[in-house]
Amino acid sequence: MSKIVGSRISDHGSRIAAAALGGWLATAGAAELRIGLSADVTTMDPHFVAAQPNLTAQHHVFEPLLHVDERGRPVPVLATWRNPDPLTWEFTLRKGVKFHDGAELTTEDVAFSLERPFTIKGSPGGFTMYVRPIVAREIVDRYTIRLKTAAPYGAIPQDLAEVMIVSKRIAQGASSADFDSGKAAVGTGPYKLVRFARGSRIELARHDPYWGGKLPWDKVTLTILPSDPVRTAALLSGELDAIEHVPTADLARLKKNPNLRLAQAVSWRTIFLHVDQSRDRPPGVLSRAGKPLDRNPLKDVRVRRALSKAINRQAIAERVMEGLARPAASVVSPSVFGHDPALKPEPYDPDGAKKLLAEAGYPDGFGLTIATPNNRYINDEQVAQTVAQMLARVGIATKVEAMPLSVYFGRARNKEFGVALLGWGSLAADLALRSLAATANPDKGYGAWNWGGHSNPKLDQLVERSLGTVDPTQREALAREAAALAAAGVAFIPLHYQVVTWAMKNTLSYQARTDEFTFAHHFKPR
Amino acid sequence: MFMQPAQATSGQIFVDYARDRVAVVAVVVLCLILSVAVFAPVVSPQNPYNLAQLDILDSKLAPGAKASAGFTYWLGSDEQGRDMYSAILYGLRTSLAVGAVSTLVALALGMAIGLISAYAGGWLDSLLMRLVDLQLSFPSILIALVLLAVVGQGVDKIVIALILVQWAYYARTVRGAALVEKRKEYVDAARVMAFSNPRIVFRHILPNVLPPLIVVATVQIAHAIALEATLSFLGLGMPITEPSLGLLISNGFAHLLSGRYWISFFPGVALLITIVAINLVGDRLRDVLNPRLASHYGA
Amino acid sequence: MLAFALRRLLQSIAVLFVMSALVFAGVYAIGNPVDILINPQADQAEIARATAALGLDQPLWRQYWSFIAGAFAGDLGRSFAANVPAVPLILERMPATLELAVAAMVIAVALGIPLGLVAGLRPGSWAGKAIMAGSILGFSLPTFWVGLMLIMVFSVYLGWLPPTGRGETLMVLGVPVSFLSWDGLLHLFMPALNLALFQLSLLIRLTRAGTREALAQDYVRFARAKGLSMERVLRVHVLKNILIPVVTVTGLEFGSLIAFAIVTETIFAWPGMGKLLIDSINVLDRPVIVAYLLIVVLLFVLINLVVDLVYTALDPRVRLARREV
Repeated sequence: MSKIVGSRISDHGSRIAAAALGGWLATAGAAELRIGLSADVTTMDPHFVAAQPNLTAQHHVFEPLLHVDERGRPVPVLATWRNPDPLTWEFTLRKGVKFHDGAELTTEDVAFSLERPFTIKGSPGGFTMYVRPIVAREIVDRYTIRLKTAAPYGAIPQDLAEVMIVSKRIAQGASSADFDSGKAAVGTGPYKLVRFARGSRIELARHDPYWGGKLPWDKVTLTILPSDPVRTAALLSGELDAIEHVPTADLARLKKNPNLRLAQAVSWRTIFLHVDQSRDRPPGVLSRAGKPLDRNPLKDVRVRRALSKAINRQAIAERVMEGLARPAASVVSPSVFGHDPALKPEPYDPDGAKKLLAEAGYPDGFGLTIATPNNRYINDEQVAQTVAQMLARVGIATKVEAMPLSVYFGRARNKEFGVALLGWGSLAADLALRSLAATANPDKGYGAWNWGGHSNPKLDQLVERSLGTVDPTQREALAREAAALAAAGVAFIPLHYQVVTWAMKNTLSYQARTDEFTFAHHFKPR
Repeated sequence: MFMQPAQATSGQIFVDYARDRVAVVAVVVLCLILSVAVFAPVVSPQNPYNLAQLDILDSKLAPGAKASAGFTYWLGSDEQGRDMYSAILYGLRTSLAVGAVSTLVALALGMAIGLISAYAGGWLDSLLMRLVDLQLSFPSILIALVLLAVVGQGVDKIVIALILVQWAYYARTVRGAALVEKRKEYVDAARVMAFSNPRIVFRHILPNVLPPLIVVATVQIAHAIALEATLSFLGLGMPITEPSLGLLISNGFAHLLSGRYWISFFPGVALLITIVAINLVGDRLRDVLNPRLASHYGA
Repeated sequence: MLAFALRRLLQSIAVLFVMSALVFAGVYAIGNPVDILINPQADQAEIARATAALGLDQPLWRQYWSFIAGAFAGDLGRSFAANVPAVPLILERMPATLELAVAAMVIAVALGIPLGLVAGLRPGSWAGKAIMAGSILGFSLPTFWVGLMLIMVFSVYLGWLPPTGRGETLMVLGVPVSFLSWDGLLHLFMPALNLALFQLSLLIRLTRAGTREALAQDYVRFARAKGLSMERVLRVHVLKNILIPVVTVTGLEFGSLIAFAIVTETIFAWPGMGKLLIDSINVLDRPVIVAYLLIVVLLFVLINLVVDLVYTALDPRVRLARREV
């Protein structure tokens, strides 16, 4: 090229040069990242409904005061915090954080954002419970705010990690539709909302004065592709750069593809069985011949342990989940605050199970129906069927009743199931146990998801003490103790921890997150 | 004398039908399918409904692999270790039963309503036809979808849904055909002879409207089977523990890109062959039973 | 004509009213949306608050009453999940579905009638037989299966077409459409073809049957015996004979195209209202389900009305009050 004489560049040569330049511009000048999400985003209003798919999209535009890192531990985002006393949480804002409209973030915005969940009409919400423990907000100065609770409450960091900070000036009086249109979708996040095409895709553009530094992607498109094979196909065809929630069935194929790479982490979500241990005749718990039993065998802890022993968790993890699961010891996954590494999964021991059943007075077993959703967790109905196979081998004639989530949760809440499959992801063990294992108590808000009716006053006390402890070290010790107690009493039958997987072009990398969130700003070019 | 317009005897129909070789093959295939479906428990090595007979360690084996129970997975196994060959036979059974039962019940129901409507006329006719309009103003898949979303899954529920989406076609077809027949001379004659209403309907009108109905019904069985498969695909059909062909396919949907083609491919082929056979038979029947076409073309 | 249209319109309103009650009762019997939408960590107080916020603590008749009262003001409720009124939410998605359905119809008519004519004129030829075999396959293959196969072949293996989504849209009279841009067309082709398959097969068979029937008519045989050219026979007699059923079926089938778009949209991630319905059923977004069904019923009533009118215009012998399809 250097030998070109004069200005006569051959037509051919200039075309090549233009093409090369074009290609260079496409990669370096206007870097775009296209990600396939697995669930629909219903609104861009960050305080309307606490659903993970919505939060995934909203995290690009807005930020909370603090969040968790990829291992699930609280880290500062917009603010750092300390406890001058057990009733006070003092947050100090990062200075110079700019909203997308150029205004600076102040404590006024924070106070407004923590109040806003209460003001949205017709919200199925979920955000109010995060801000309800805060009884007073005291603005000290432009960058310092003190939040007061009525009683010591240690889960404030986990709760506030869910609440996005919006601009008071813009969001005041704004409706959810204003957030969808982009008018009110003004946050401090790394990306600005360009277009929210409901049910289809979300287009984002980089927010350059972002406090976290310059990000590699000018443009980000989040495409909604709930159908698993379709999402995989879109990645394989090159239409997308990365996808979340790689389906178990496609894992092997994607792994083999030299143009793609995977990122994996053990999820915070545990799959387990709730077993009814409070009623005398729970639905579906019958004799082998289908006749009612005179008592509920599941009330006997030996029977519950026998069920647990009869399950080959390793086989489920390897066969049904194709490696996308780890055998579970409790409902507290390894990445969750309060996980006790000393707890080990119940080993597969069919003979031991039969022995325990005989000891409890059921040498010939009995009949059981496992209820399961069929569109909620990874391979949920397959897992339930496999468990049924395994229980059948120790003499428990097991049937599976699978149904869509829309029917499932309602029926479960009406107590229509004796044994029911559920998946749970909490950022802390005490939070999980409060909902799942504590004795139902509407006044205190305990046991809202305790379908099995497990009740142990000592456990209730431990959960309460743990949640009331502000010091993280002390709190974790109490939470562990509570989790161990629940495991000892076989409050539920844990099955596995899910493993969450992302697949992407091999020019990219992603720090896999235990909380399953997909963030474009955490994708890096390699 | 004036009772029957020119109509082919069953012997003639048989001969006419047999002139098309493809249609004969279709009948043979259909009979074969029906018999393996009926005798599924005898001819399949495994009962796919009984979870105790499945072994997870045998899951996702390729066609030809040996099962731990001793038999061979000629068509491979699914993610529960279910033998695909057995599952297809049982699935055929479920699909055919669901399709046939729902179509027959819908046919009977629709026929009764259509005949009553045509013969009674007046306000009853308009009321019934408005009902048919109302029903037909909803696409079948929508009615079934909403219904199943309300009542949940299960064989009985899907049959009810399929009856509900089909009866109106028959009612309208029967009424139309009956109205045409009603204006014909032989019915007038019967009425002049003071035959009772039911007698006129069942002895005179019904035999003449039946042939087109049989054709419609044959093809409708295929539609019902396909609709059931589609509903199962959308997650609203049969429960996974009693798989129909449609559900087997949609189960394999997840494995489509993974190279485990057999989980959805073989049930898909079975479904395809069944529906094509039914459609071919229905087509040929229509050609044969349509006397005008038959007389002119003969083939 | 006017009286007829008016009567049909009144009937349609009655139909809508009955449907609203049926649909409402049906949909409101399913599960409890709060269980789905609520934050999993929620306690009992929060669940009670959310139930009240959605108005679900009221008795059914009262909920229906406020729904009807709202409906007369053009408001069919707010989406539980998206917090926007249900009607605009659906209307926003409608152009995508209509475009898909129209594209499918165009494919079905443009291919179905010529192929059907060939099959009808030469039933014994290999072309005729191949066309009929194809139409039987088209009838028999389940839509969702075909959709998957199309994606596998054309997107994954060949890489010719984008697997999913709607692609680029351009605004025409304030409505986004994709058929005006190349990218949009590429995205539109596969789902439209998938959706068209059934109607294409139907039209082939209908046209073939009509053609054969027309050729068997005495006057056509007479015309041919008289020495009229085949082209003229086709144009004057055959086409006239098949026009009425084709128009009727095309019109009526347009409704099922919109309904079956639910499946196609689910597979191809086409952002139409069918996909919205499935999503809404999954999260029990009752106002959206009810509003969707009512809007679709209204659409169908209109389609039927138009078909009736066109039918009458084509064949004055048909008595309007008594349509027999």
